[in-house]
Amino acid sequence: MSQTDKPTAEPLVRIRDLVYSRGERRIFDGIDIDIQRGKLTAIMGPSGTGKTTLLRLIGGQLRPDSGTVWVDGESVPQLNYRQLYELRKRMGMLFQNGALLTDLNVFDNVAFPLREHTRLNEALIRDLVLMKLQAVGLRGARDLMPSELSGGMARRVALARAIALDPMMIMYDEPFTGQDPISMGVLVTLLRTLTDALGLTSVMVSHDVQESLSIADYVYVISEGRVVEDGTPDTLRASTSPWVQQFLQGLSDGPVPFHFPAADYAEDLLGKTVESSR
Amino acid sequence: MLDALQRLGATALGVAERMGRGHLFLLHVLGGFPALLPRFGMVVKQMYSVGVLSLVIIAVSGLFVGMVLGLQGYNTLVDFGATESLGVMVALSLVRELGPVVAGLLFAGRAGSALTAEIGLMKATEQLSAMEMMAVDPLHRVVAPRFLAGILSMPLLAAIFSALGVVGGYFVAVGLLGVDDGAFWSQMQAKVDLHEDVFNGVIKSVVFGFVVTWIAVFEGYDTVPTSEGVSRATTNTVVHGSLAVLGLDFVLTALMFGK
Repeated sequence: MSQTDKPTAEPLVRIRDLVYSRGERRIFDGIDIDIQRGKLTAIMGPSGTGKTTLLRLIGGQLRPDSGTVWVDGESVPQLNYRQLYELRKRMGMLFQNGALLTDLNVFDNVAFPLREHTRLNEALIRDLVLMKLQAVGLRGARDLMPSELSGGMARRVALARAIALDPMMIMYDEPFTGQDPISMGVLVTLLRTLTDALGLTSVMVSHDVQESLSIADYVYVISEGRVVEDGTPDTLRASTSPWVQQFLQGLSDGPVPFHFPAADYAEDLLGKTVESSR
Repeated sequence: MLDALQRLGATALGVAERMGRGHLFLLHVLGGFPALLPRFGMVVKQMYSVGVLSLVIIAVSGLFVGMVLGLQGYNTLVDFGATESLGVMVALSLVRELGPVVAGLLFAGRAGSALTAEIGLMKATEQLSAMEMMAVDPLHRVVAPRFLAGILSMPLLAAIFSALGVVGGYFVAVGLLGVDDGAFWSQMQAKVDLHEDVFNGVIKSVVFGFVVTWIAVFEGYDTVPTSEGVSRATTNTVVHGSLAVLGLDFVLTALMFGK
């Protein structure tokens, strides 16, 4: 992985030599990632490569086996309970399904972090909540319950909740998965404008190639526990790696074979390999 | 043979590990109790869903258990000509044993299963995880108020169970079977001791409330976040909660009344 073409400013998140295993399976096998301040960084890879796990490692919900995770100058795995919760007040995370609190309506969901962490009076909280809801275009939906929202709306409410405390960074877990084209477009625009307008640092985990490449400033591609390629969307498109090309273009066969490893087809059908396979 | 030994060992280790996690969980949740005082409204809200919503089944069961006690007790006592002691028998059975135990079993089935399912589903839908990332500790914000509500509700429910049981026994004894009204109450008043009987019953109900709610919230929090996992956790709550009530009742009775 080349270090030369990266910006030189101190990154907000710095991951070095990260190793993480779940049971027998090694999810990350020594990855290095830098998330630059004020930029939108996309982390892409096939399903099951532990992209969500990476966000949980950054947020301190999981501890790495070895390696370092620095967020804003603090080493996340070494923080104690109180320091970790202080750090999380400056982070937002958007979960795949929004993860709204189902017993609260939209307004109270967005107000939740404000009520938990500030001593603002209700009038001020009301103003702040309406501003955040206006930013995601759902001021009119404030009285709905989460069960009455569509998937895209739920994600936008969750986004309003994530920016309620004006964090320095937001992590998006698969923000586009399962969206219709319109709400996908809305979310793509929102992610970009929020990053620019609020000066947020955004980290997005996704396998939606076109949407991610269209808005990201910098992209990491992860596969089998390693960073296989990183760069701006343009350098990625020009990549010579056949694996990256297969992933970006969504080809069914290539370095990642269509077939799960198996014995020879003809022999298998004739039943000759029952005893002799392997 | 070796395999069986290995499996036994693995199971024992699994149980020990889970017990350990359960106790660490308990410590963490208890640590959140002081912060509940200024926000006691959260606990009251949970007492509504844990306690008030359990009232109907507790009240009806109490009434019927008392009525059955009246009938059965009369049939036994009438042979000895001691039917005026029926009030004592009904009240002591309820206050010492049946009130806390049956209310505890019903509590595990009605409130415990609901708590487990609610917390388990919050985990499965990542709501607990989302709270953690909003720097809100779910053990303090979600589990602690429910736990305290359970501990506070259970003695009240057991008391209501016993009180309605006595009323049920009175209806059957005095109304149906013609036991003397005054004897029923005055014997009860004379023989039921506040410390020996009532307080010990209250202690039992507090212990049952603590243990059943602990099992319920831990099963919910520790659930495998799938629909199968939530269903298994809910079953575990009812089974383990009921067994814990019965087992602890024996231990407590031995300590309190075994001279």
